[in-house]
Amino acid sequence: MSLDKSEIQKIAWLARLAIDKDDIPSYCDELTDILDLMEQMNSVDTTDIVPLAHPLEVFSRLRVDNITETNQRENFQKDQSKTKEGYYVVPKVIE
Amino acid sequence: MYKSTLAQLSVALESKKISSEELTRMYIERCKKHNDSLNCFITITEEEALKKAKEADKKRASGTGGQFTGIPIAQKDIFCTDGIKTSCGSKMLDNFVAPYDATLVKRMNAAGFIMIGKTNMDEFAMGSSSETSFYGPVKNPWDTSRVPGGSSGGSASAVAARLCPAASGTDTGGSIRQPSSFCGITGLKPTYGRVSRYGMIAFASSLDQGGPMTQTAEDAALIMNVIAGFDEYDSTSTEEPIDDYTAKLNNSIKGLKIGLPKQYFDKNLDKNVADLIEDGVKELEKLGAKCVDIELPHTELSIPAYYVVAPAECSSNLSRYDGVRFGHRCNEPKDLSDLYCRSRQEGFGKEVKRRIMTGTYVLSAGYYDAYYLKAQKIRQIIRNDFQNAFKNVDIIAGPTTTGTAFKLDEKLNDPISMYLSDIYTVSANLAGLPAISIPSGFIEKLPAGIQLIGNYFQESLLINVAHQFQKITDWHQKIPKSYE
Repeated sequence: MSLDKSEIQKIAWLARLAIDKDDIPSYCDELTDILDLMEQMNSVDTTDIVPLAHPLEVFSRLRVDNITETNQRENFQKDQSKTKEGYYVVPKVIE
Repeated sequence: MYKSTLAQLSVALESKKISSEELTRMYIERCKKHNDSLNCFITITEEEALKKAKEADKKRASGTGGQFTGIPIAQKDIFCTDGIKTSCGSKMLDNFVAPYDATLVKRMNAAGFIMIGKTNMDEFAMGSSSETSFYGPVKNPWDTSRVPGGSSGGSASAVAARLCPAASGTDTGGSIRQPSSFCGITGLKPTYGRVSRYGMIAFASSLDQGGPMTQTAEDAALIMNVIAGFDEYDSTSTEEPIDDYTAKLNNSIKGLKIGLPKQYFDKNLDKNVADLIEDGVKELEKLGAKCVDIELPHTELSIPAYYVVAPAECSSNLSRYDGVRFGHRCNEPKDLSDLYCRSRQEGFGKEVKRRIMTGTYVLSAGYYDAYYLKAQKIRQIIRNDFQNAFKNVDIIAGPTTTGTAFKLDEKLNDPISMYLSDIYTVSANLAGLPAISIPSGFIEKLPAGIQLIGNYFQESLLINVAHQFQKITDWHQKIPKSYE
């Protein structure tokens, strides 16, 4: 399995990572090597194996519907470089 | 006094041999003196620590102190600490001051421990050498031209050089045990879900587990008594009852059945390490344990499975760093996409980006079954291998690492070689089992550890075996000469 330049660019976009053009060849090589390593998994037949998503049995816990925590907007927005009047400032989205 | 264990410091404080303020000052002075050469701390919290030490002395004087009141420790910089910078070794969080304490931190603070600093680590815990940190590489106190292991390398280096008596670590694929082995200390990765992950910055959520990094197994037990247990803030925290982890320390291990996996003594293992582990096993036999050969046939597949599952979960977890609410934000983004893409490009280091890319690929449309689902099936097979083994043995013993600490830069630009070095540690994470690494000797002046793996929730047994081993050996008491 070998990845080409356009695939690296597609993955970078999906991951929302800007990457330098100069770094693309090394990403191609490294990711190809890593995918080759993963190929080893195909040495065993896993047809009837149930996938293990989680080491322990997990279940959704319910709790009594009481107020336990209150909003901490001011505490969380202490970093004022990103906020204005309680909102997060981002580039204009709607023209 | 700096050579003391937690157990000894507790007695010294109780008997007023030393005050918490004196003790805290002593460790902070050691940290300041040696941090330039070891780089094991990202932040030293001198002012807060001394303030708390004075309060601790008052508490002890008034008779309201507890067992751990006033004992200095360090926290890995992956744990959120209220009002204190929590960087996770990344430029992305260089400006991040956590607005709350992680549960582990909260419990240790409540027990009276005093945090003297936050330890350096691989960026977002991704690495096996503590070289990927934005704050520069950590050095191994046994040889500063070598790595301390990773990702909890700062904690391991600091405890080994006795800059603090104990520290916290986290283990996703060996990040507590491997640095413990490389630095000659004791490191326990508890059963998945035993210690709360709340406020522990997420890397791979189905593998991550926090635990103690200490001088002795007894100290690991003491810390487990504080940090283990159910936490309603962590949805994967287990309600399984906790033990008193010190209660079984002195139990005899006569008749204990220890399995030695054939696959852990293979071509990957350095011959000298193999000899050292065999010697360690003989010590356990002297104590009455019985060793048998066992099979963990799919050990080799744990590496590819791990390097699918971990990056996949990492790419998902790290999507939260978008430059909007916290963390690094690029200058003058031209639109929202530019804000995301450039903030992430600038904020993340090379290895983190590599793993995000890998994880994004294996989770992308059309590849999920071939990689992620396949890896989860392998994960089931590996878990089954362990469960079969535990039908016949009480614990499993083997090496923690394939060799001793490698040179700085030796593997940094060869990710595959770095990944393969995790062969003996990642299986326990994939299966969710507890495992401990304890010092078992030296090879050319570098320490190496023996690893003990237990069945689910068998931390007490692992600590018991480790403690018995440490009663008849003194490897855990060795301190690198430059730090004596």
